[in-house]
Amino acid sequence: MADAATALAALADSTRRQIFERLATGPRPVGELARGLSVTRPAVSQHLAVLKAAGLVKDQAEGTRRIYEIDPQGLGTIRAWLDQFWDAALHSFKEEAERPKDKKPKEKT
Amino acid sequence: MTATIIRPAPVRKSLTVKTDVAHAFEVFTARIGSWWPRSHCIAASPQKDVVMEPRAGGRWYEIGEDGSLCNWGKVLAFEPPVRVLLAWQINGDWKYDADLVTEVEVKFTALEGGHTRVELEHRNIERFGDKAESVRTAIDAEGGWGGILKTYAEVAERRA
Repeated sequence: MADAATALAALADSTRRQIFERLATGPRPVGELARGLSVTRPAVSQHLAVLKAAGLVKDQAEGTRRIYEIDPQGLGTIRAWLDQFWDAALHSFKEEAERPKDKKPKEKT
Repeated sequence: MTATIIRPAPVRKSLTVKTDVAHAFEVFTARIGSWWPRSHCIAASPQKDVVMEPRAGGRWYEIGEDGSLCNWGKVLAFEPPVRVLLAWQINGDWKYDADLVTEVEVKFTALEGGHTRVELEHRNIERFGDKAESVRTAIDAEGGWGGILKTYAEVAERRA
């Protein structure tokens, strides 16, 4: 999961931001995203690659086209934090639950 | 511009614990203070204990070294030894917020051999974003998701 700083950096570019905002209305193929922008289609593809690396968009193949859409999971900085948090918490819970019952709970450190 | 609601997927975790279901439930609820990571507290004072009241309508909260109590939210359902549903009411600024309700559901299933399957789901994560009214205004003003993302990022970086 990309962090917030990466996501922010990806959106600092105005063209990328325009592309991202177009995707907010629904999934779009590259060609449609490029239409009306002052950059070439390969450039749009490059911008999409940056957005994808930042975890903001995802893509899938549809025939010969690639369809891009906003990745709902990419928005969740908080979600990423919670995900890691629950991993750690449940690991700790498992250790405690599996401790032999006749032993005293360990002292908290 | 049409508002677009984007729902982050719930956080889902599952694990097998080598103990029976009653004990697993007991440790998760009554003895939550014995395993809850110490580093995760929202009060000013270091965390001394975590308490989950064993009934629907109860609360769960942390107690600081100085005896202060910091509320985390409500216990929405308490069904030993199979299920507990908690309201996680800590907002993006890591403060208790009575108006924010995200749900943490934990289910315990007995397996063969006396083990227990524990499944946790933390859902309604999009509500963290809903809470920021000023953010919403900013989104409208800025006409897209850039605004909300920026706010997420600011919250995240402030915490770092």
